[in-house]
Amino acid sequence: MEAAAGGGCGSGPPLLLSEGEQQCYSELFARCAGAAGGGPGSGPPEAARAAPGAATAASGPVADLFRASQLPAETLHQITELCGAKRVGYFGPTQFYIALKLIAAAQSGLPMRIESIKCELPLPRFMMSKTDAEIRFGNMAELHGTKVQIPYLITEKNTFKRMDDEDKQETQSPTMSPLASPPSSPPHYQRVPLSHGYSKLRSSTEQVHPAPYEARQPLVQPEGPSLGGPGAKPLRHQASLIRSFSVERELQDNNSSYPDEPWRITEEQREYYVNQFRSLQPDPSSFISGSVAKNFFTKSKLSIPELSYIWELSDADCDGALSLPEFCAAFHLIVARKNGYPLPEGLPPTLQPEYLQAAFPKPKWECALFDSYSEPVPANQQLRDLNRMEKLSIKDVADFPVPTQDVTGDDKQALKSATDEALPKDMSEDSASKSGLLPPPPALPPRPCPLQSEQGSEAELHPQLNRAPSQAAESSPTKKDIPYSQPPSKPIRRKFRPENQATENQEPTTAVGGPASVATVKPHPTVQKQSSKQKKAIQTAIRKNKEANAVLARLNSELQQQLKEVHQERIALENQLEQLRPVTVL
Amino acid sequence: MGWILVASAAVILFLQNYPLYIRSVPTENELKFHYMVHTSLDVVDEKISAMGKALVDQRELYLGLLYPTEDYKVYGYVTNSKVKFVMVVDSSNTALRDNEIRSMFRKLHNSYTDVMCNPFYNPGDRIQSRAFDGMVTSMMIQVC
Repeated sequence: MEAAAGGGCGSGPPLLLSEGEQQCYSELFARCAGAAGGGPGSGPPEAARAAPGAATAASGPVADLFRASQLPAETLHQITELCGAKRVGYFGPTQFYIALKLIAAAQSGLPMRIESIKCELPLPRFMMSKTDAEIRFGNMAELHGTKVQIPYLITEKNTFKRMDDEDKQETQSPTMSPLASPPSSPPHYQRVPLSHGYSKLRSSTEQVHPAPYEARQPLVQPEGPSLGGPGAKPLRHQASLIRSFSVERELQDNNSSYPDEPWRITEEQREYYVNQFRSLQPDPSSFISGSVAKNFFTKSKLSIPELSYIWELSDADCDGALSLPEFCAAFHLIVARKNGYPLPEGLPPTLQPEYLQAAFPKPKWECALFDSYSEPVPANQQLRDLNRMEKLSIKDVADFPVPTQDVTGDDKQALKSATDEALPKDMSEDSASKSGLLPPPPALPPRPCPLQSEQGSEAELHPQLNRAPSQAAESSPTKKDIPYSQPPSKPIRRKFRPENQATENQEPTTAVGGPASVATVKPHPTVQKQSSKQKKAIQTAIRKNKEANAVLARLNSELQQQLKEVHQERIALENQLEQLRPVTVL
Repeated sequence: MGWILVASAAVILFLQNYPLYIRSVPTENELKFHYMVHTSLDVVDEKISAMGKALVDQRELYLGLLYPTEDYKVYGYVTNSKVKFVMVVDSSNTALRDNEIRSMFRKLHNSYTDVMCNPFYNPGDRIQSRAFDGMVTSMMIQVC
């Protein structure tokens, strides 16, 4: 692994990893790659990115990992550039290891240069969020418990000299380390935590990881150049590690038993659901129709009443179709049921669509990696703003995926292959459309007429419950388009029409919206939040319209029957007339 | 053509004159309610046909008081897809006004539409939706 890392480094210097680093990095890499590959079908992007003979880490987990290192976004940007991932477009093992090294360097305060990684560095530290940690780093504590320590010792030795000054400053700020005494007396500190640490290690409390660190200190002491250094440095590491591993500890406990959280969707599960959604409906911002979903879920071999109940729980807006969060919720419920969990009385809060949208905003982990790390939310807000500003026609429906594509495209062009770009575009579309948005680019040629008219008729139903459907269908689609501020995804999703029409809409608009200005993208995200309220109001209207839809369809069939009856009556009457006629004629 | 009967009493939802959903609060007189509902089905059919085939979409969904018996009042409501809702209420429950009945029917209709939206529900099946049950229960509690 080391040789490969060294050889594959390209323009950078050969990368020498200590044993500890090697272990840690390979573990991290495996987790990142594994998390991505955990779902069945990670999809073409993964395959396309596969480096020869080596797995690649998915950008999602990698982005999360980097963010967990708590470095500023700029630094993370630099790191991604330096490690070569930007250049080659993916995170192969080489790039990943270099990136980790750079993170470690950054955390140690070294400037961001390739040369930084030549020196011996401590392991990078990652403060993981709950769900990330439990997936990726659940066992890191144990893994690093003993094995890493000795090599760490060696690597640390050299860094101490360099970092003395820095460390001494840092030790003045006391810490987060609950168990270390104030750093004013390093030797004292070393003695006290040592015993502490070991005892706590046995009782398996949160100080698992720091304990080995502490154990090393007496070793370091005779070798170290100064006491301040070794004492201070591990203290700093320890402090942050204690934090991170205490978090992990809790997570591990929670994760293993999951007593109150069987309804929380993990990252891996989420990816799997999303992939399944995409297999049914290529556009993640659109909906899966009821019949498609029914066919899919009946494969799970649950009974129909149970499936019906699950649907009832998960289709929050009762529109007869599943959006991405609704689909994930439904899938999760099915999975839980198959594993023996009884179905809940109501939809658990962690499965609510709003929660799912907030917890796992799709564009974040796709585009955030190479975008500003702190910017996914502003991106959404921009989308929302744009929607707000211009309430426009359905034709905007088509346009709206495009600007978001531009945004992500710009950022990622240097980075990923074409297939990868398709993914992020979908992601951002997904988030934007899920919030019910409709960013209308300023100048857009009118969409193909047949599509428009269909959508026009559909749009008619939505806002105008009482209008006679026959009139609605014929009225000019353009006229209706303008006052119709409904988010695009809803009209695209049709209960009675296949979603291939939706994709049809997407395609011509993709071509058409190409020239759409990127500037329109900027205001998008802010609109999103504001339109969430609109979304609620609109959803109630949608419900009523759905009802009208169902009613009208039945009405239609009944009218057909009536027509047949009337025909028969007419025929009967005509027969009678025929019979009577000879009499009158005569 | 379904029926739903709500009463202080019973809820029966019929499709093509056979029941889709039945619920009654005091359950002992259920048979009596069934009988009343079946007779009122005729009244509903009469009202529907009276409005004629002329302008179907202008037909009122709410049919109003179908006929009063000595003990009970029967209200009817029919959707455009000929699903009939029948509500039987106790005559002693004089506090119930027309508007309330209308709103109750509207709620029933909305819930029924939600049930329809479930792809696992086949029109013509008995309605087994928990949400629908909950809604009906709350309504009947409110009435009684």
